[in-house]
Amino acid sequence: MSATQTAVLARRNILHVRSDPQQLIGMTIQPLMFLLLFVYVFGGAISGSTRAYLQFVLPGLLVQGIGFGTFATALGLNADFQRGLIDRFRSLPMARSAVVAGRVTADITRTAWSSLIIVGVAAALGFRFHGGLAGAAGAFGLVLTLGVAMCWLMAFIGVALRSPEAVQATAFMLIMPLTFASSVLVPAASMPGWLQAFVKVNPISIFSTAMRGLMLGGPLVTPLLQSAAWIVGISLVFGALTVGCYRRRA
Amino acid sequence: MSSSGPVRSAISAESLAKSFGGKRVLEGLDLEVPPGAILGLLGPNGAGKTTAVRILTTLLWPDSGRASVLGYDVQRQPQQVRRLIGLAGQYAAVDDLISAKENLYMIGRLLGQRPNAARARAAELLAAFGLAEAAGVKVKNYSGGMRRRLDLAASLVGRPAVLFLDEPTTGLDLASRNELWDMIRNLAADGTTVLLTTQYLEEADRLAGQIMVIDRGVTVAHGTPAELKSLAGGQVLEVRPLRLADLDAAAAVLASLPGAGGPVVAEDMLAVHVPDDELVTAAARSLDQEGIAVRHLAVRLPSLDEAFLAITGHHAEQEMEAANR
Repeated sequence: MSATQTAVLARRNILHVRSDPQQLIGMTIQPLMFLLLFVYVFGGAISGSTRAYLQFVLPGLLVQGIGFGTFATALGLNADFQRGLIDRFRSLPMARSAVVAGRVTADITRTAWSSLIIVGVAAALGFRFHGGLAGAAGAFGLVLTLGVAMCWLMAFIGVALRSPEAVQATAFMLIMPLTFASSVLVPAASMPGWLQAFVKVNPISIFSTAMRGLMLGGPLVTPLLQSAAWIVGISLVFGALTVGCYRRRA
Repeated sequence: MSSSGPVRSAISAESLAKSFGGKRVLEGLDLEVPPGAILGLLGPNGAGKTTAVRILTTLLWPDSGRASVLGYDVQRQPQQVRRLIGLAGQYAAVDDLISAKENLYMIGRLLGQRPNAARARAAELLAAFGLAEAAGVKVKNYSGGMRRRLDLAASLVGRPAVLFLDEPTTGLDLASRNELWDMIRNLAADGTTVLLTTQYLEEADRLAGQIMVIDRGVTVAHGTPAELKSLAGGQVLEVRPLRLADLDAAAAVLASLPGAGGPVVAEDMLAVHVPDDELVTAAARSLDQEGIAVRHLAVRLPSLDEAFLAITGHHAEQEMEAANR
C-alpha cells in the first residue's frame, strides 16, 4: 500500500518534468554547462591540459551535481505546501511517509539521469575509467546513496522554510560554499592553511575523494567508510528533522 | 468502540479549543451534524472556521476537546476518519503541473483504487463536473471556476460519506458560484453529509439546512436559515428614488412601515430591515401613493456584517482586525 503510494507520487513528480521545461534544463543542461565551463576555462591552468583536468574533476563534479540537482527536492516539497496539496494528501488515508518518499524517489531518478548524461558526455570528450567495471558501478551506487542523503537535507530545507525564495537562497548559501571550498575543483594544496583545514573536513571533499578512488583508482577504504558515515548521519538527522517538521507544519 | 451500532451524528465536536502562539482561535466549539444534513459554518475571517475544519479532517490536533466523524475519533482513529471524508480547501489544492485527469487518477491510486478503477472514476467525475473536454489540459491553464470544480471533484474520488468544504466559492464569479452550489446540493441529495464554511449568509441560506454562526472561536447563533434571518432582522429592502430630492420623503415612508427598522441612508440609497415579507408590497404601495418614483427596489438578505451587528451587537470587520492583531 505505502509502496504503491510512493510510486504514484514519484510518478507525479516525474510527470512535472514534461510540463515544466525549467526542470529539464536544471537536470540536464545545467550540469553539462558546469562540466564544459570548468573543463575548458580552468582545465589548462589547473592541470596543464583540459584532458588531464577532465580526469581530475569529473568524479567531484558528479558530487557537486547532486548538491545542485537536489534543489528540486526542496523547492518541490515547499511548493506542495504552499499550494495546499500537502493538506489534501494528509486528509487521505495514506502512509505518512509516502509524500516525502515519493519526492525522494523521483529526485533520485533525476540524479541518476543527470549523472549518466554527464558521464556520457565526459566519456565522449575523453574521460576514461581506471577503476574497472566494479569501480564504475560502485561510483554510480555512491552517487545514488549520496543523492538520498542530500534529498533528506533538502527536504528539510523545503519543509522548514515558508517562502520559495528563502528555500532557494538557503540551499544556494549552503551548497555553493560547500562545493567550492572543497577538493572538487582544485587540489587543496594551493589554498591558504585555514581553508585547507576546512576543505579537509568538508564532507563534499570526502565524497569526491571516494568517487576518485572508485573512478580513477587510488585510496578507497578510508574515504568510503567516511562517506558512508556521513551519508548515514545526514540521512538519519535530516530524515528525523524533516518528518518532525512535516508533522508540526499544519 | 463508539463506531459500532447506529451513529446518530455524522460529525460531532465537543468543546474544541485551539490556540496558535498564545492566540485563542477556538474557545470551546460544539457542533453536531446529523447524517445527510448540510451545516453551514458562518463567520468572518479569523472566526476559527478553517481551524475547526482542519481539526475535523485530522489535519490539526485540538488543544482540548474531542471530535468524531461517523463515530470515529479524529485523534485516536485518524486513518478511519480519512477513509470516510472528502476535503475541498479554500485554496484549490490540485497539482498545477499535471492534467485534471492525472490529478484525479493520482488521488484514486492513493486511495488504493486499481489503475483501471481509478481511470474510470476520474472519467466519471470529469464528465459530471463538465471538465471532460479539458481533461487532458494542464491545470495551470484552468480558470478559477474550473479549478474549484476540479478541487471538488478531487474531494469526491473516494465517494466520501462526509464532505468538508472550506469556503468553496470565495473568489468565484456568479455563474461559477451558482454551478458549484448546484453540485453541492446534488451531493447532499444523494445522502452525503456536508459541512461548509462561508463568509456569506446568502450561501449558507441557499445550501444549508442548519447554520451555525461563529465568532472568535465560539458559537454565537445556531438555527435554521429562517430562524437566523429573523434573528438578523429579516431581509433588507433597498430603495433608490429616481430624484435625489425625494430621498427624505422616501425615508419617511419606509420609517412609517409597521415593524420595519429605521432606514439607513447610503448616498442615494435607503436600506431598511423588513422582518415581514408583506412589508415589501406595502412599501411599494406607499411609495407610489406618495408619488415617489424609484429606479431601484430590491430585497436582499442581510450581509454577514449586518447579521453580525444584529446578532452580536458589533461589526464583523472589527473582529477581523482583532484576529489579525
